[in-house]
Amino acid sequence: MTGSDLVMYEEEFRKIDTELQKLHKQSNSKVIFLVDKNGQLIASAGETHDIDTTSLASLTAGNIAATGGIARLLGEKEFTILFHEGEKDNIHISLIGQRIILVVIFDSRSSLGLVRLRVKKASEALGRIFEEITQKVDKEKGEGTLDESIFAEISDEDIDNLFR
Amino acid sequence: MSFINYSSREINCKIVYYGPGLCGKTTNLQYVYRRTNPDQKGKLISLATETERTLFFDFLPLALGDIRGFKIRFHLYTVPGQVFYAASRKLILKGVDGVVFVADSQIERMDSNIESLDDLKINLAEQGYDLEKLPYIIQYNKRDLPNVVPVEDMDKLLNPRKVPWFEGVAVTGKGVFETLKAVARQVLFELKKHY
Repeated sequence: MTGSDLVMYEEEFRKIDTELQKLHKQSNSKVIFLVDKNGQLIASAGETHDIDTTSLASLTAGNIAATGGIARLLGEKEFTILFHEGEKDNIHISLIGQRIILVVIFDSRSSLGLVRLRVKKASEALGRIFEEITQKVDKEKGEGTLDESIFAEISDEDIDNLFR
Repeated sequence: MSFINYSSREINCKIVYYGPGLCGKTTNLQYVYRRTNPDQKGKLISLATETERTLFFDFLPLALGDIRGFKIRFHLYTVPGQVFYAASRKLILKGVDGVVFVADSQIERMDSNIESLDDLKINLAEQGYDLEKLPYIIQYNKRDLPNVVPVEDMDKLLNPRKVPWFEGVAVTGKGVFETLKAVARQVLFELKKHY
């Protein structure tokens, strides 16, 4: 593995959650998702109960990956914002750094302009938090203090139990 | 590139099923989907053409259980096997933790198997991965058909690294869970090496 596994800690998760709640409120949006570029859901805010969040995360990442592929064909580095307009709901997708995707779903109670403005502010804050996480992981890996107990003792029996 | 979430106590890993067109990648996922408890699986998403050929990918999230209080989740993906979807295949390999190569055992598909395996190595290399080092399992699929190549010969042809392999008949489920379990095992033991 490439050593760039994504790790999320309690403390940073709370900070991220606070930012998402703030963005949810300020942008007047319905739902907000934070997704890893590989399709893993990291966090969400708003009315998520009716939505298959795992599928949404994977498809969004596929969407960003395909758009990134198109960008490279055209000689662009990346298209950092995608916008899908529907009859009722709209989706605003943007990249934070090179790793994280911010998805905002909103309807007529908000507007594209407002969402763009608020997303820009939130992206800066979220970018900083992910920077902190990266530094923390590097530090802990360097010191060898990363919580070893989960993996150190994984046995064949554990794996057999998963497939029972 | 797994996602280890200490906050929600989850570990997410990505497994990609690779192989030539019509070798049975989607069929593997469909069988896993059918045979998994509803509370352990999400929706099986297939981005396919009208003729049910995979266009972009299939996706199946599985939450199989816990290890030391951490929920272990596997995200299974297939790639589109047809040669001209090369650009899409490359994208799906991003962040992969383990690969299953599904080979078609029919004698006339041996060239396609070799071509697909070469394609896999190239696409992995472009993402900075080395097939020699990645958790990797081979499934020799379609063993129920009359015109198949002996497994020993296929192994000589497709498996120089001598990774674990399984005979499969994905439509009936033969070898499907054995394959998945083997790759899951390798992925988790790889994590153990790194943390």
